[in-house]
Parts: sequence; C-alpha cells; structure tokens
Amino acid sequence: MIKTENNKAWFLVLPVFALVAFSAIIPLMTVVNYSVQDVFDAHTRYFVGTEWFTKMLNDPALQSALLKQFGFSFTILLIEVPLGIGIALLMPKRGWSASLCLVLVSLPLLIPLNVVGTIWQIFTRGDIGLMGWTLREMGVSYNISRNAVDAWATIILMDVWHWTPLIALLCYSGLRAIPEAYYQAARIDRASRWAVFRHIQLPKLTNVLIIGVLLRFMDSFMIYAEPFVLTGGGPGSSTTFLSQWLTTMAVGQFDLGPAAAFSLIYFLIILAVSWVFYTAIMNSQKEK
Amino acid sequence: MKSRIALIVYILFILLPIYWLLNMSFKTNEEILGTLTFWPQNFTFDNYIKILTDPSWYKGYINSMIYVSLNMVISLCVALPAAYAFSRYKFLGDKHMFFWLLSNKMAPPAVFVLPFFQLYSSVGLFDTHLGVALAHCLFNVPLAVWILEGFMSSVPKEIDETAYIDGYSFPRFFTKIFIPLIGSGIGVTAFFLFMFSWIELLLARTLTATNAQPIQAIMTRTVGASGIDWGVLAAAGVLTIVPGIFVIYFVRNHVAKGFALGRT
Amino acid sequence: MSWMVWTLPTAGFFSGIALILAGMTIWQHFSPSIERKGFLPLSTTRGDRLFIGLLTSAYIHLGFVGFTEFHVLVATGVSAIWMVVLMRWG
Repeated sequence: MIKTENNKAWFLVLPVFALVAFSAIIPLMTVVNYSVQDVFDAHTRYFVGTEWFTKMLNDPALQSALLKQFGFSFTILLIEVPLGIGIALLMPKRGWSASLCLVLVSLPLLIPLNVVGTIWQIFTRGDIGLMGWTLREMGVSYNISRNAVDAWATIILMDVWHWTPLIALLCYSGLRAIPEAYYQAARIDRASRWAVFRHIQLPKLTNVLIIGVLLRFMDSFMIYAEPFVLTGGGPGSSTTFLSQWLTTMAVGQFDLGPAAAFSLIYFLIILAVSWVFYTAIMNSQKEK
Repeated sequence: MKSRIALIVYILFILLPIYWLLNMSFKTNEEILGTLTFWPQNFTFDNYIKILTDPSWYKGYINSMIYVSLNMVISLCVALPAAYAFSRYKFLGDKHMFFWLLSNKMAPPAVFVLPFFQLYSSVGLFDTHLGVALAHCLFNVPLAVWILEGFMSSVPKEIDETAYIDGYSFPRFFTKIFIPLIGSGIGVTAFFLFMFSWIELLLARTLTATNAQPIQAIMTRTVGASGIDWGVLAAAGVLTIVPGIFVIYFVRNHVAKGFALGRT
Repeated sequence: MSWMVWTLPTAGFFSGIALILAGMTIWQHFSPSIERKGFLPLSTTRGDRLFIGLLTSAYIHLGFVGFTEFHVLVATGVSAIWMVVLMRWG
C-alpha cells in the first residue's frame, strides 16, 4: 500500500506512546541508574562506574547460564517449528472437526504459566503422576529432582507441549489463506505432495513463521515461571535460567547493581537478535 | 488415514496432562497419595466447593478477570487508532517507533520487577486492578498494534477515501465503517491480549498484595504446614483453564479466517 | 523521584540521548533523509544508521569494559569515531 505522508498521524499514536513510555522508559532509566551504583537504599548508595558490568561479563556462572539459555531457545525452536507446521498440515479444514481441533490444540496456550508448571510437576512425579509412574513401572529410572538430564528433557517437553500450538495455529491460518485454485493447478500438473508443500504451502507460511519464531524466541529467552515451578532451577543449578538468576539476585538478595548490569546485557542481546529478525521480516515484505 | 492417527496422537499428548489434573481435582487427598488410579474412585466435589465458597480463593479469579478485561479494553482503545496510523500514513520516525514498541515485548520482566514496584507504589497504583492492567499494557499494547496493523493493511485504502468523500468525519468513519470491517482482526487480537495477560505471573504477583491478588499467586498458598493440598491445587488449576476455553470457543471462527495476523 | 537513584553520569547519558533524538527530528524536518545503500548490507535511512550505531556502540562498550583493561572513555572514543563513519558512509 502506498502510504501518504502525514505527520498529524502522530496524534493517533500519542496515547500508545504515552502509555508504553510510562511503563517502559521510567523503569529502564532506573535500571540503568542501578547498574552503575552499589545501592543499599535510596539514600545509601555508592557510585561504582562500570565495575558491575566487568564483573557480570566475567562471571562463569552467568556465562554458562547464558549459553544454556541459547541452547534451550534453539532446541525448542528446532522442535516446535517443524512439529507445528506438521500439525497445521494435518488439521481438518472444515466442519465440526475443524472447530473441535482448534479448541483442543489451543488449550495449552491459555493456561497460566505457573499452572503449566504445576500440571507437569504433578504429571511427572513418580508416586502420583501418570508419566512418572508409567516410566517407573516400565523400569526407566526417571527423576527430575535428582537427574539434570531428566529435568532438562522434561522442561523441553513441557515447552513443546505449551507452545507448539502457537506455531500450529499461525501456520493453520496461513494455510487457510491459500486459494483452492492453487491446489487445483497442482493437481493438473500432477505435482507430488512434497512439491505442493515446497512450492505452494511453504512460501505462504514464511511470514507467519517469522512472526512465530520471533515471538517464541523472545518468550523462551525470558522463560521463568514454568521451570521455576517444575524444578525450582535444580537439580543444583542445572535448569536455572537467566530470568531466575536475575530475580534471585534482585529480589532475593537485593543485589540491585549487578542484577541491573546483567539485565542490561541480557536486554541488549535480545534486542540485537530481534532486530535482525525484524529487519528480515520487513525486507522480505518489501520485496513482494 | 495415517495422518489422522498422527493428529489423534498429538491431541492425546496435549490432553493427557490436563486430564490428569482434572482427574486429581475430583479425588480426595487420601486417594491421590494412596494408590495411583486412572479415574476417581471416590468421586468428590469437595475441592471445588472449598474454592468456590472461600472468598480468599474465589476473589483471586475475580481479580484476575477484572485486570485482564481492563487490560483488553485499554489495549484495544489505544492500539486501534495507532495501528490505523501505522497502516495508512508515513510520519516522522514511524518505523523506529514501531520497533521501539515491539522492543518492549522483549524486555525481560525480571529486569523491571523492582522499578515497576517502586514506580507503581509512588503513583498509588500498587495493589489495584488498574495497576496490573497498565503494567500488562507494556507487552500487550505493542502486540495489539502489531496484529491490528497487519489486518488494517489488508483493507483497501479506497474505502477510506470514498467514506471521506461521502462526508464522513474521521471518528464516525472509524467507528461505523472501519471497525466492523476488521472484526476478525479485533477478535484475534483480543484472543492474544487475553492469553498473554491471563498467563502472566511475575508482574501480576509483584504489583499486588491482597486487594488485587491474582489467582496464580493465591495458588502458591496450597503449600501448607502439612504438605501440599494436592486436590485443591488441582481444582484451582482446572478453574484457571475454564475461562480460556470460552475465549477460544468464541474466537474459533475468526481464527480460521485470519489468525495469520492478516499478513499472509 | 528519589527511588530512581539518579547519578550525574546517567542523567548526562539520558539527556544526551534525548538531545540526539531531538536533533535528528529537527534535521529530518529541514532536510528529509533519503534511503541509500552504503557499506552496510541493507539500505538505510539516517535514523536506521543512528539506531545501528547506538546498538553497536553499546556492544563496543561492553567489549571494552568486560574484556580489556582500557578505561571506559576509550570505548566511548572508539564508538564516537565509529558513529561518524557509520553516519557518513554506512
């Protein structure tokens, strides 16, 4: 669409700007202020310059938490994106079964984060949970509070359970937007199932997939409540994600300076990755 | 046929953990902690009765619903005109403004918890429904603008121009003609707003004490001196899923039409 | 306001950012920027280059502060040169 140049449009954006600025800019400024000081309370505080940044960047525990975080985000994207596309292709297109499928598939999306954690905590317990009990009866040693690998696998399974529906729903509606004529043309050409997917369906999905991947990356990088409820970060600190480090540091120990410095590093990482994604979306739309 | 089976397996995978929660919510604690049973042997509503008759429990649901609805109303009211501006006009700094809005969805809430607490306390919004609703606007308004902008871009501009020639003023055109045209878009947006506000825990918990405490925060109380009250915890969990089912049911047709954020 | 724990350097930093934004707005008003392709792999407007510059400067600062012994002002100097290069030829 050709847009007209009109700076009066700013008046329409102003309410959004004011509302978001209030909740975004003031806290962000405060975090920056924290990050250069050793804060005990509003009156007892010392300027320390960039010391916290140096400390945080060289802290091995945080470095490994950061690496784990990237590992986690990429793993779940690698599982959720293909699985979501697959589910979307399988879902019925019309009739009552389509509605039923939509409702059932979207169910996990609307469960509060800590309830998701609770559901999986119960489900995986060896004594009262179906999955934990079944695995135990089958003779598999499985214990998320003792074995780090089990804990990791469960958190990934939980995230796949919770968020694959988002990718599936986005893809489903993307697929619905393809006109029937395209498929008819493909049938006349005797195109294979794979060729239809590769040349008709996948191109239509690119845009929704970028949106889905962006949303999933941003949210999985900030994952907090679900693993916290499920494993409490353990065993040891094997499933302690960045958000949990930060919350413990800032709220638990009241180490505001280091927590703030680390938050800013964290924010800069998400900002850079998301900017690359965002620019990619915009450029791909411009080419069309 | 094979594909039907794969889909059914996936849906079973989704439903099993939820079924287990539902199953537990109808059991007594003795049965839960005794032998593992696949359905309740002594079927009981006690867990639900406990929640629905105790104000300190059910008020949590009311609080959550109030701030989620407030948030949806506020977000839609401010996002609709803004999305229209982004979809129709070029203006100074529009692209950067758009990205800045989105970047707020990327700010890890853990970072902002303390300043938020202090900011909202200092303006007297601590422990109010409005406070939580405004805090959730931080990530919901950008999302709403993003989704609505996609839907609005797919409405041809000729419609606006014809309406202006016919003598419609901007507010009248916007409410009478334009909003009905993007009904599906608003439905889908409302779904997302509900979803992200309903499931959020960290900010809602930090910004409330007693008057506006959400159900998620109250649920942590089931851990008492005598261990966890599993039955009540499960029942409370099941009740948090119910509103979501209604929301999906109402938007299911819009979803089919254009969940793709209008950007296909 | 006291809970925001302001310090002189951070106040200076935010005023600087605000001034740059205001300056860019005025500049844009009097001589609108045209999108062009420089040494960056995508075509950018003046505002895009400013954003890229600020973001990379933040990373330059982190790199210097975290992994070298240099004073932070060295990083600021390097960033300033980088900003000029980026705005002019980027």
